[in-house]
Amino acid sequence: MRYIEPHGHMVSRTTDDYQAMVTAGCQAVCEPAFWAGYDRSSVDGFRDYFRQLTEYEPARAAKFLLPHFSWLCINPKESEDLALAADVLAMIPEFLAKPNVLGIGEIGLNRNTRNELKVLEQHVDLAVKHDQLILVHTPHLEDKLKGTRLIVDLLLSHQGVKPGRVIIDHVEEHTVRYVLDRGFWAGITLYPDSKSSPPRAVDMLETAGHDRIWLNSACDWGVSDPLAVPKTAFEMRRRGHTAEFVDEVLYQNPVRFLSQCPKFRLGA
Amino acid sequence: MPKTRSPRSPGQLPANASPRGLVDHGFVPVRAKLIEVAAFLDRVERYGAADDFRCTALRQAAKLLVDGQPERARRILEQLSDPTTKPDAVSTGKAALGAWQPPATGGGKGTGKVNVKGKMKVAAAHR
Repeated sequence: MRYIEPHGHMVSRTTDDYQAMVTAGCQAVCEPAFWAGYDRSSVDGFRDYFRQLTEYEPARAAKFLLPHFSWLCINPKESEDLALAADVLAMIPEFLAKPNVLGIGEIGLNRNTRNELKVLEQHVDLAVKHDQLILVHTPHLEDKLKGTRLIVDLLLSHQGVKPGRVIIDHVEEHTVRYVLDRGFWAGITLYPDSKSSPPRAVDMLETAGHDRIWLNSACDWGVSDPLAVPKTAFEMRRRGHTAEFVDEVLYQNPVRFLSQCPKFRLGA
Repeated sequence: MPKTRSPRSPGQLPANASPRGLVDHGFVPVRAKLIEVAAFLDRVERYGAADDFRCTALRQAAKLLVDGQPERARRILEQLSDPTTKPDAVSTGKAALGAWQPPATGGGKGTGKVNVKGKMKVAAAHR
């Protein structure tokens, strides 16, 4: 089988994970900028991180014949510091022309605050101005429903946003239809303890449809599984879904969305 | 600018779905999770933490499992969600707690710290 890992924080993973992913059929990995587990102290911390995402990590992945793409932003967890956010937003255009950068992400909300919304809107302005794809993080647990609605309202009220060029990630049963019905793409994240399990992800595909949906592991420095996507393929096949269905969801769907950026190209 | 929306087909079960097979593969793991829930509720009672708002929310949510209505997962997630609609003025910490606490009953949502029988517990930050 073949699949795309459209959301993996590979800077937090070992090279063993690259080997395992390639062995399982991974054809490309996409890495959004995110929170390091601590707040960075200055814009230079982000500059170093963006160099890691656009220079070092693609080279590390290439050793395993795996194309690596990235997304840039200041994560909503660090958006309460508006001055720092402004400095990072001003720096991002320096990196947008890098060959592996697909767009702006993962932007969004964490605790649904006014400052987070301000920084989200600034990111959306930046993405529209530079004609970038957008990858949106939705909040955790009890904050997800409210945050998803706030995010969707902001995106739909922005004159330059095209929903078909935006993927709203970490949807669950209470947000998946809300996102899809408004024309956006939706990402289902497969985590051992939160977000979605493989069986629940397949339930959502069976009930909400599989158009404009991708699955990802969002593997990072926390409890997560870089092979969650191929393991979900097994869940699909065990239920009786065809190999063609698996390929459409795990490979063709992400390729369809990501190919809206001309820099997303896969080898033969 | 008009918002572009492409048509979406509804989801469906596989043509050769096996209802018996679904139960054969899924029953034992889910049985284990149900017993974990029961054991957790017993445990928090023994430790005197059963009145923590999250444990109360868990017991309330569990009622939806046996109400005979469909879309239990969606409805449980909604019941555990913050029902307000306005953005918060300030952040109360990086981590969500898993259940919504009405402001009138103790400090509003997401204080990051929960008072459980005099002990302060700090929730882990989610990614």
